[in-house]
Amino acid sequence: MSLADASLDIRDGELLAVVGENGAGKTSLMNVLYGLYQPDGGQLSLGGKPARFKSPRDAIARGIGMVHQHFMLVPTLTVAENVVLGREPTRRGLFDLERAVSEVAATCARFGFQLEPRARVDTLSVGSQQKVEIVKALHRGAQVLVLDEPTAVLTPQESDELAHVMRGLVAQGRTVVLISHKLREVLGVADRIAVMRRGRVVAEVRPAETTVEKLAALMVGEGHPALGMAASGRAREPSSGMGLETNTPPPGDMLAARPASRPSVDPTANTAGELLLEARGLQALADSGRPALRGVDLTVRAGEIVGIAGVDGNGQRELAEVLTGLRPLTSGEGTLLGGPLAGLTPARARERGVGHVPEDRLLRAVVKALTVEENVALGRHTRPPFARGTWIDFPGRRERTRDLLAAYDVRPPDPTAFLRSLSGGNQQKVVVARELDARPKLLVVVQPTRGLDIGAVAQVHAKLREAREQGAGVLLVSLDLEEVLKLSDRVYVFFEGRVTGHFTRPQYDERELGRRMLGAGTDHA
Amino acid sequence: MLEVLHALLFSTLDAAPALVFAALGAVLSERAGVVSVGVEGMMRVGAFCAAVAALVMPTPLAILMGMLAGAALAAIHGFLTIRWRSDQVVSGIALNLVALAGGTFLLESLYGPNGTPPIQQLSRWDVPGLSSVPVLGALSGHSAATYLALALPFAFQFLLARTPLGLRLRAVGDKPHAVATLGLSVAGLRWGAVLGGGLLAGLGGAVLSTAVLDRFEQHTPAGLGFMALAAMVFGRWTPVGAFLAALFFAFGNALRIGLVSSAPGLLELIPQGMLLALPYVLTLTLLTLQGQRSSAPAALGTPYEQESR
Repeated sequence: MSLADASLDIRDGELLAVVGENGAGKTSLMNVLYGLYQPDGGQLSLGGKPARFKSPRDAIARGIGMVHQHFMLVPTLTVAENVVLGREPTRRGLFDLERAVSEVAATCARFGFQLEPRARVDTLSVGSQQKVEIVKALHRGAQVLVLDEPTAVLTPQESDELAHVMRGLVAQGRTVVLISHKLREVLGVADRIAVMRRGRVVAEVRPAETTVEKLAALMVGEGHPALGMAASGRAREPSSGMGLETNTPPPGDMLAARPASRPSVDPTANTAGELLLEARGLQALADSGRPALRGVDLTVRAGEIVGIAGVDGNGQRELAEVLTGLRPLTSGEGTLLGGPLAGLTPARARERGVGHVPEDRLLRAVVKALTVEENVALGRHTRPPFARGTWIDFPGRRERTRDLLAAYDVRPPDPTAFLRSLSGGNQQKVVVARELDARPKLLVVVQPTRGLDIGAVAQVHAKLREAREQGAGVLLVSLDLEEVLKLSDRVYVFFEGRVTGHFTRPQYDERELGRRMLGAGTDHA
Repeated sequence: MLEVLHALLFSTLDAAPALVFAALGAVLSERAGVVSVGVEGMMRVGAFCAAVAALVMPTPLAILMGMLAGAALAAIHGFLTIRWRSDQVVSGIALNLVALAGGTFLLESLYGPNGTPPIQQLSRWDVPGLSSVPVLGALSGHSAATYLALALPFAFQFLLARTPLGLRLRAVGDKPHAVATLGLSVAGLRWGAVLGGGLLAGLGGAVLSTAVLDRFEQHTPAGLGFMALAAMVFGRWTPVGAFLAALFFAFGNALRIGLVSSAPGLLELIPQGMLLALPYVLTLTLLTLQGQRSSAPAALGTPYEQESR
């Protein structure tokens, strides 16, 4: 049950934001509106008349367009083909590509989008792909445009541009519904904000009448246990954004809602310790066989968190795999915890003290069909306290698991529960608990909080900082720039498999980072 | 020398259509995202039904029966994989086993183990003036199936590249969710492709028993369906590519027969079994050489579920 008696009014010509935690029902509500899901009860009315959408075709016909969180584009087709798919122009029964191209070019021109209709979608940047999605909806005559978490994968510059696009559409009389959990963005751009919690719309507010803190409280609910966490976590993230006071973005900018900030982490805490990782000229291939790393130099020392920022698909994932022994190097050399980086295998990496919180926990970290205690033992199942000699040490394993579940506030704190019965956030806490319990010297963490709720995000962040304070080196790869800046002592910016920027904490400048993420600059200290 | 070439070319073109049609059927189904392991089974059913039907009706009509039989088997595949989203490979293998056992059972209980009674073969066409030209003359004197097999791949390629339907088929195999959000029916497109693939595979089988042979034999199609799959992969899931690969495999087979008949002494050096294995060894070698340079449709083998992305 993802929706429970949710009611929402959308007014003509407004920019309505719908906020809520993951799982609050935002996307489900919009999928009902778009005809992808059928409601079990309740009704939908459009322009005062009841409407019933059996499929997206009905919704499209009534002027509703949707830009999904995961793009709904066919990567092997061109921009024009993607836009006209389903209502292709024809000449004598054949697909008329020329007319498709000119029609799409006309739509782009009308709404001010810069897109090449003949470009294949898989050659475009993420920001451009999103524009294709928007053009696709407008081309079908969408009056109401729903955008689901549109800025999750964009650079700050692209997010600003999107904000202008959205305001521009509203100025042209269209209605925009923005689904997001980034409260500051929403405050900067929306006319009205609807807050969802557990499948209901619990509040509707105007940006002028509220604050990030108030919105966060509405999202998690008064008196919710996560609220205490939220106070030190995502809800007050702006207070830990670094060095932003030096920027005064123009009004109307999505980032403009950031209040002045103060550092919440002592910058001097980075007492750079022993060199754990030193890599020079790393090169590796992606799964597609194309180069993913094209000569990366980087270092990680004990007692620091090193962030890797970049737009998705610029080699960050492959770097994490190289450092954990999952992907072979094609060139380059380096030292990892006293051994060579070349020829690293996952077993050797673990022996030397590398911990790994991978991007896709269900693929690489845990087994859904095993119990929590079995998952906690994975990888260390031959050593105490998980084994005694040849045999599994059942009491030892259970005791250790109980301790960890308590320390990491995993719910339910039941070692015998099957992992698949846990929520995503609790599964992730189990992974983090296991990896940190092994006392790694270097922890490689990829997208550690994607899809987690506010409380779990705060806990995971706290544990990563704790690991750093205890002397571990942490390499943090995240597509969420805020997360990278908040936690890291140093940041490397990746673009097309190269380091295009290197910043240490006091120098953080979100705009400059964003430019580097788009490829500006070569190497910079 | 020219005569040898002529003979090789002639028997290649004579035997290729079954492989070409089956490979095209596999391409059609897989481009829409549905794995087509069941091609072998669909060919067998098509071959059996066509051979039996030809006993009581004109051969072209019997071929149509074979096509419908192939499509009927494909409909089971569609029902299992599209309607119930079961595993596409398992469903295909099950169909192959059903067709293998069912064909043998019906053959032995109705006609005995030596195959169905002989039927009227599909008539052969002479291209006027061509049969006397050296080498090119090999193009003359084949059944209609051969000429269809030479034309259909290009028509299919044109359909994929230049028609709205082709665009949608390509899209549904790469990103079905995108197709669904545009209000098109993923299931409808996939059903069409699977049934079309069944018709083509059935045609391939029917051609085997009405043009290449003159009956249904115990082992028909003897792995040709799997070679069709190999041709599809080797041809990178394009109709013309699969066609060329199928021709190449058929040529390999013709070469084997040619070797045996022109140099009987060869059999003393190389056992018959090794020669029989030649086309399959060739297939394996080519697939190995091609390696990972795969260009399979991105959503191939993934059941479409609306509420998951």
